[in-house]
Amino acid sequence: MSEYKSGSNLEKVLKAGHFAFTGECGPPQGANVEKLREKAQHLKGMVDAVNVTDNQTAVVRMSSWAASLILLQEGLEPNFQMVCRDRNRLAIQSDILGVYSHGIRNMLCLSGDHQKFGNHPQAKNVYDIDSMQLIHAVKTMRDEGKFLNGEQIDVPPKLFIGAACNPFADPFEFRVYRLAKKIEAGADFIQTQCIYNMDKFREFMKRVVDMGLHEKCYILAGVTPMKSVGMARYMAKQVPGMDVPDSLIKRLQGAGKGKAAEEGIRFAIEQIEEFKEMEGIAGVHLMAIEWEHRVPEIAERAGMLPRPKV
Amino acid sequence: MIVAEQKPIREIWEMVKDFNKVLVIGCKGCVTVCNVGGAKEVGVLASLLRIAANKNGKTMEVGEATLERQCDPEYIEEVKDIIGEYDAVVSIACGVGPQFLSERYPQSRIFPGLNTKFMGGAVEHGVWSERCAGCGTCVVHYFGGLCPIARCSKSLLNGPCGGSSGGKCEISKEVDCVWDLIVRKLMEQGRLDELRQFRPAKDWTTARDGGPRTMIREELAK
Repeated sequence: MSEYKSGSNLEKVLKAGHFAFTGECGPPQGANVEKLREKAQHLKGMVDAVNVTDNQTAVVRMSSWAASLILLQEGLEPNFQMVCRDRNRLAIQSDILGVYSHGIRNMLCLSGDHQKFGNHPQAKNVYDIDSMQLIHAVKTMRDEGKFLNGEQIDVPPKLFIGAACNPFADPFEFRVYRLAKKIEAGADFIQTQCIYNMDKFREFMKRVVDMGLHEKCYILAGVTPMKSVGMARYMAKQVPGMDVPDSLIKRLQGAGKGKAAEEGIRFAIEQIEEFKEMEGIAGVHLMAIEWEHRVPEIAERAGMLPRPKV
Repeated sequence: MIVAEQKPIREIWEMVKDFNKVLVIGCKGCVTVCNVGGAKEVGVLASLLRIAANKNGKTMEVGEATLERQCDPEYIEEVKDIIGEYDAVVSIACGVGPQFLSERYPQSRIFPGLNTKFMGGAVEHGVWSERCAGCGTCVVHYFGGLCPIARCSKSLLNGPCGGSSGGKCEISKEVDCVWDLIVRKLMEQGRLDELRQFRPAKDWTTARDGGPRTMIREELAK
């Protein structure tokens, strides 16, 4: 019997007590494998695992499992994301068996953005099960070797189970309880929504620590460097559940023309430094959206290199 | 009630423009209550069709009838003596109406004049809101009497998702986040523990997912 639940690199790094560092890679809107490989190369050696998004913002892209396999070929460890929007429980379970069979060991369980956001708003939404039930299903498949209907699985998939948490969505008071629920359902690690409002996040983490949740699960703080003032404004106004304080927008503006990106990176690095010291935080999830080539620099400047070998 | 809205008159006109005698049939049930398919609306639609015919240089005879209900064979009989005189029928009932008419009068051409929207009720004058998805296994008591299957955009049983913002759903600022309502209500009532319980995957066999549904009450059927 292995001492690990899945044996993924991410699990090993976290279990060994290292401060984890995960990245993110959005699959192409097409079959542009070369572009995907190029993005992956920027992340190689910089992070412990790479999230591969699943039709994020409900825009059709190369499937997350297929892109995850390409990352595996490139020598990266994928964190395969799955949303409940597009699959019923049959497809969900068969995809889980499929990715595990091909060597994927981490999986992030999400509800998914509603299709109304995306480029196929005419689609039927599935939501046969929700993210909480998905977490529970992956855990039951792994630990009890059973499908959702209770039938035995012939060689169960052993995945390191991830879940998301958005401390900035409403109602704030309930968010910590929902996190607790996800952990109870089977989440091994949590990646939070992009954090900008540090005051609110500190308050949230205080509640997490008070409830002892950080001892039951690894919590990775979500960081997305702002590339421009426009991006900050867009995130503040247009992205539901995103909390971008005016002070940050002003700070980016104050950096002067052509310097907002550098200021955004500086803010991200300051955040990472604080997260390293924050009680209950086990690592950082860096979502450098379409900015993979800047990850090596950010990793270096944030003192995250070299990544541990466990 | 079943809430419906009238199809655009242009669409209805396109359906019936090649016929000379058209019968508009309303329903005194739900669609009368939500002001789209009662006797009054039958009259209005009939007039609009006559005007459209006039404008297009043709004569169209438009008859009017409003049945007690279009979801009951007994009342579908009410038009048996006149329906044969018409080339086309526009039913302004919910989606049940044109089907019951089509089944009872297979020779007639039946067209739907309404788009059936949802099961819900009036929340203020002129505003209707969805409340029930007809899943066949009611569980609203777990959620403070509010249905997340019908009212959450993702039908989450363990919400709210990360898109809930200021009491609104991520899909639109016009849509209330029902999970926000559920959480606040149960917190106020000191029943938060109920929401901390994991709700397992729903059995959808009783919903439309299990196939078209029939209900038989043995004691009434025989």
